[in-house]
Amino acid sequence: MSPQLAGLLQLIALIAALALAYRPLGDYMAKVYSSEKHYAPEKWIYKVIGANPAAEMRWPAYLRGVLAFSAVSVLFLYLMQRVQGSLPGSLGFSSIDPDQAFNTAASFVANTNWQSYYGEQAMGHVVQTGGLAVQNFLSAAVGMAVAVALVRGFARSRTGELGNFWADLVRGTVRILIPISVIGAIVLVACGVIQNFSGIHQVGQFTGGTQEWNGGAVASQEAIKELGTNGGGYFNANSAHPFENPNPLSNLFEIFLILLIPFALTRTFGRMVGSLKQGYAILGTMAVIWIGFVALMMWTEFAHRGPAFEIAGGAMEGKETRFGIAGSSLFAVSTTLTSTGAVNSFHSSYTGFGGGITMLGMQLGEIAPGGVGSGLYGMLIMAIIAVFIAGLMVGRTPEYLGKKIGTRQIKFAACYILVTPALVLGFTAVAMALPTPSDSMTNSGAHGFSEILYAYTSGANNNGSAFAGLNADTQWFNSTIGIAMLLGRFLPMVFVLALAGSLAEQKPVPETAGTLRTDKPLYAGLLVGTILIITGLTYFPALALGPLAEGLAS
Amino acid sequence: MTNNTVSSTARVLGAGLRALLVLTLVCGVVYPLAVTGVAQALFNDKANGSELKDASGQVVGSSLIGQRYDLPLKDGDESPAPDLKWFQPRPSNGLGSNSANTQYSLILSGATNRSGDNEELIQWVKDAEAAVVKDNSTATYKVDHDDIPPDAVTSSGSGLDPDISPAYAKLQVHRVAERNGLDVKEVEDLVADHTTGRLLGFMGEPRVNVLELNTALRDRTQD
Repeated sequence: MSPQLAGLLQLIALIAALALAYRPLGDYMAKVYSSEKHYAPEKWIYKVIGANPAAEMRWPAYLRGVLAFSAVSVLFLYLMQRVQGSLPGSLGFSSIDPDQAFNTAASFVANTNWQSYYGEQAMGHVVQTGGLAVQNFLSAAVGMAVAVALVRGFARSRTGELGNFWADLVRGTVRILIPISVIGAIVLVACGVIQNFSGIHQVGQFTGGTQEWNGGAVASQEAIKELGTNGGGYFNANSAHPFENPNPLSNLFEIFLILLIPFALTRTFGRMVGSLKQGYAILGTMAVIWIGFVALMMWTEFAHRGPAFEIAGGAMEGKETRFGIAGSSLFAVSTTLTSTGAVNSFHSSYTGFGGGITMLGMQLGEIAPGGVGSGLYGMLIMAIIAVFIAGLMVGRTPEYLGKKIGTRQIKFAACYILVTPALVLGFTAVAMALPTPSDSMTNSGAHGFSEILYAYTSGANNNGSAFAGLNADTQWFNSTIGIAMLLGRFLPMVFVLALAGSLAEQKPVPETAGTLRTDKPLYAGLLVGTILIITGLTYFPALALGPLAEGLAS
Repeated sequence: MTNNTVSSTARVLGAGLRALLVLTLVCGVVYPLAVTGVAQALFNDKANGSELKDASGQVVGSSLIGQRYDLPLKDGDESPAPDLKWFQPRPSNGLGSNSANTQYSLILSGATNRSGDNEELIQWVKDAEAAVVKDNSTATYKVDHDDIPPDAVTSSGSGLDPDISPAYAKLQVHRVAERNGLDVKEVEDLVADHTTGRLLGFMGEPRVNVLELNTALRDRTQD
């Protein structure tokens, strides 16, 4: 069997597995966020928090919950790293410097998991398991909560109420993320991922002597790292490290975990707004983009254009033998079209076009299918933009899901889509104009520029993967990428929740013959076009200087 | 009004802190300990790093982690020369050593992150190709440039790739047979025994685990 055919079959197997999980998981999540029942452990948690889970919140209150919880999380994670040197169970590792600790805290709370540190030699058990992995759960649960609040905005009328943030946070964590993670972690251990609390120990070697290894709760972190579209590796090599991703089965399983919730949330959306077809239109849009990107990536990586790859006879630099080109390409596209940023192969050593595809995936706003929660709300913002454009074409007030898209709504949507491009292009321009940031580059020319463009694209879009030749552990990059991650995560959330509030207050508009049918393939096509054109116009000049220049030259 | 805002902000921050602490207990203590318990009970060997032992019961490493098979470092040389008695792994130019906590000599996994047009990478690939041809050609077997598979001359993502492609193993068979005084056929069989195909015929790529192969080879030659 050719590697190309094997790649196609892996893609089909993945789609089949996702399709099987789609209905039960999507319906289950809709039930979780709609149920009025509280389980005993949840009641205990609410009591500790001091929150009444049945109390409805309007959007400002919901937003205050999101921001307060996240601010406390950043501070807590920062302090934890700052005192690591004195914490027991830290393998004797020292405390993290202030700029790096800020960067890492911002990164994990913002669901980005950009890492300017080297996992295996910087973070001990307590910070990894009790700090970083905890935010893998909680930042994901916050993203899902905000998405559900927006969906409620569409589903509800004549109220401003969006649900209770604490209830959504707790339920997302204990009813969705933890159960799937437990199963996922055990599957991963069965594949060979390590799960222990060993200290640093010597392992005998073939030719004599020993190697030093640290143990770790890797499988439990790996499962939620993928499931919560987080991406922060236990080891520096992330999911390329054999202890994180030991064989082709664990590889496909990790890709499955990455895509599982983001795709299934479109079913949850359809359920909650009372029209499964609306969910399918969003699902179709996401799937078309994801499959298209996979096809492009496989084509360019198998074609292996580029001087070094042509001499070597294949683009295997930075890729593992057990995954090959196909298993690596599938992972690379899935991780950059979601907000994951885990890597099983190193994007900097992809072909020029391959690197461009990973960047473009993030620049689309990570909405196909996107991060847990953030993918759905990002896509719904684009859906609003698309009905607005369609409305302009026929001269009608646009509507979506029975809600009028008026001036106020379109302003929120427009602000949303301006945030990340402003951060990415602004910071990249400043970094290129200053004398010192470019000292961090490993490669020169177009690829060197790409390293910096990639870093801010990844940070502001909360992805976390890197063209890792860039030495990002400098005060400049730690600070600016940290700021980009926080603004790129929480400013859009402000606009999403404000939009949700304004939608929930409206009364529904009756559907007429003139209403644009947003549950049809024609509309999904319009949505794909809108996404590509808006992103294309925004990022094309920057992409032309980096990956396109590199790809066309080879 | 201002007082109200301050106290309500303090209230919601307090709720946030309590939520964080209780959820840290659930996600950061109960969950990992429960998973560790199950993992250690059901998959003890794998949960602890899949260590591999040779016929004499000596631990020779982890079958998941690639290692080097080099001769002792000679005075004046920058890096040790490969011990051509053993099957050689892929290059690992991206592998680092610890820089943050120098009381240990932990291995730092990683890739080279060089782009396809990077001069250094081009040189590494060319040098590796020349070395593969030189090291693996014997009196009766000449390595053809076109037979060198890409994994033989490129570094992996982790720098710890435990595998090589069957094509790269095949290329090394003649040399290994000669250096160990074995028949080519015997070594070919050994490689075939340690070749893993695609799972279910389509998942991943065919590969040969170098540590397992070398361990079997040494067990054979020491009999």
